Amino acid sequence: MEKIVVGLKRVVDYNVRVQVKSDGSGVETDGVKMSINPFDEIALEEALRIKESGAASEVIAVSIGTSDAQQQLRTGLAMGADRAILVLVDGDIDPLSVAHVFKALAEKENAGLVMLGKQAIDGDNSQIAQMLAAIWGRPQATFASNVTIDGDTARVVREVDAGLETIEVDLPAVMSVDLRLNEPRYVKLPDIMKAKKKPLDEIPLADLGIAGGPPIKELAYAPPESRQRGVMVDDVAGLVAALKDKGIV
Amino acid sequence: MAKVLIIAEHDGSALNTSTAKCVSCAAAIDGAEIDIVVLAASAADVAAQAAEISSVNRVLTIERPENEHAVTAVLAPQVAAIAGDYSYIFGPSTTFGRDLMPHVAALLGVNQVSDIMSVEGSHSFKRPVYAGNAIVTVEAHADSLLVATVRVASWPAAAGGNSATIEAGDASVEVPSHTRYVGLESAASDRPDLQTAAKVVAGGRALGSEEQFGLIYSLADALGAAVGASRAAVDAGYCPNELQVGQTGKIIAPELYIAIGISGAIQHLTGIKDAGTIVAINKDEEAPIFEVSDIGLVGDLFSIVPELTTALG
Ligand SMILES: Cc1cc2nc3c(=O)[nH]c(=O)nc-3n(C[C@H](O)[C@H](O)[C@H](O)COP(=O)(O)OP(=O)(O)OC[C@H]3O[C@@H](n4cnc5c(N)ncnc54)[C@H](O)[C@@H]3O)c2cc1C
Repeated sequence: MEKIVVGLKRVVDYNVRVQVKSDGSGVETDGVKMSINPFDEIALEEALRIKESGAASEVIAVSIGTSDAQQQLRTGLAMGADRAILVLVDGDIDPLSVAHVFKALAEKENAGLVMLGKQAIDGDNSQIAQMLAAIWGRPQATFASNVTIDGDTARVVREVDAGLETIEVDLPAVMSVDLRLNEPRYVKLPDIMKAKKKPLDEIPLADLGIAGGPPIKELAYAPPESRQRGVMVDDVAGLVAALKDKGIV
Repeated sequence: MAKVLIIAEHDGSALNTSTAKCVSCAAAIDGAEIDIVVLAASAADVAAQAAEISSVNRVLTIERPENEHAVTAVLAPQVAAIAGDYSYIFGPSTTFGRDLMPHVAALLGVNQVSDIMSVEGSHSFKRPVYAGNAIVTVEAHADSLLVATVRVASWPAAAGGNSATIEAGDASVEVPSHTRYVGLESAASDRPDLQTAAKVVAGGRALGSEEQFGLIYSLADALGAAVGASRAAVDAGYCPNELQVGQTGKIIAPELYIAIGISGAIQHLTGIKDAGTIVAINKDEEAPIFEVSDIGLVGDLFSIVPELTTALG
């Protein structure tokens, strides 16, 4: 396989305690730490390992967003991606359009694999890989926790509700990765310097000439109902009594 | 009238409760007329179970040998082929539905609403984002087909007692062979199912080893409870992956959840927000799990859990 395309979404860092804006228009992002979606980082790590094993020759990191996403692509380049593409969008873009962007790039680059995170930790939608597989007409292997490339096929272990499911797919294919697939490498300072010289192309969304679906509008954000702190008991006897009080045991 | 199609989740013989939960969500839409489709190699048993769910109008069966296992590349074109008669297509937010439904949506050229928590209007819904730290009300286009997944922890299973008509559906489309099922490795157990159990006992990193995680199983057995775990416990290999509770594991809503040696990271709490009573046992009185627990006990789990198991056994 020649190329692997990897998606890197810029999201609010997973350590941030997200706050809903008081006007309900969204969540607070001013001055908040932004990072690569943790699942996407795992997708990139896996793509790099596949390349290092000799099964692919180039890893292309792709982000769709504002020019701020350059930062996440530079981190991806420092991790080891060979080049990066930023598809520039102002404001929101619907998931089906995102899938069409990946399809356009996968076809243009003649990709053997498109690797994405199983979900982005902002919208928690878990849709892009599945949508891409549908419109590209290629196999999907979602929630991957183990990937073995064998010539023109891949064997993928998937984390499903019932346990671990194994499937075999023909390449090219789309994968979405789960947390236990690997542990992403740390970026070293010299790699950051080297990454500055790697190509990062910007393409305005309009140049790709894609059409998504009717968008789903977000009307209002609200904080979730919060749970109240309850009682503390001193010992096992107290715990059993409290459970009996509630009629649970 | 709002015609809703629900994709049944099953293992070839038993219907998963997620399907009856989807029915509850669909029934919350005004004027809903609900059909369930069972895609299987042989559908009769599962269809009979689906026909018992209240509010269901009709059960469609689509039988072909390729449907023996739930492979999205195979199922999605068949769902898309019968979608034309409906204005809503629902599936559960389980790994089955999350794999299938966005693929169906894209084949039909529409976006998808993920994880419906509540129905606010014919095309507006509430759903969680940012690991449940925000709830957003969304509105889909009223003139286009609506494809969605239903957040199973938010809905009760619809009651039984119905006897809906069962009919063979027609979805004779070509399906690809580029995706092949190989097998499933499942730690089969006689314990209650984590996703539907009324009681869950869960262990975290503090258990320290697979062997000591046995303490969790013993307490669960004394209570007739299912077993859950934090990501740290699964990553460390103390228990299988299907026990993980949280943002990226299972989202559950048992009546009782006992968290043992689990700190209460936001990604874990997302999975248990809808639990009835949360009990926390942790040696650190500052652990965030206590902020959301109804009953807390500070102390060493290695002495507390055996004592509790004896007291409840
Ligand atoms: C993208 C992403 C997704 C994630 N998804 C999930 C998810 O779905 N589910 C999930 O659980 N996590 C998830 N996590 C991980 C999460 O952030 C935490 O790292 C994890 O939940 C911690 O597990 P823990 O509470 O078992 O371990 P720790 O945080 O290490 O807590 C162990 C606790 O045990 C207590 N303890 C230690 N010894 C004893 C003793 N002898 N007796 C009593 N108490 C003791 C300690 O005080 C501590 O509170 C995710 C993280 C990321 C980045």
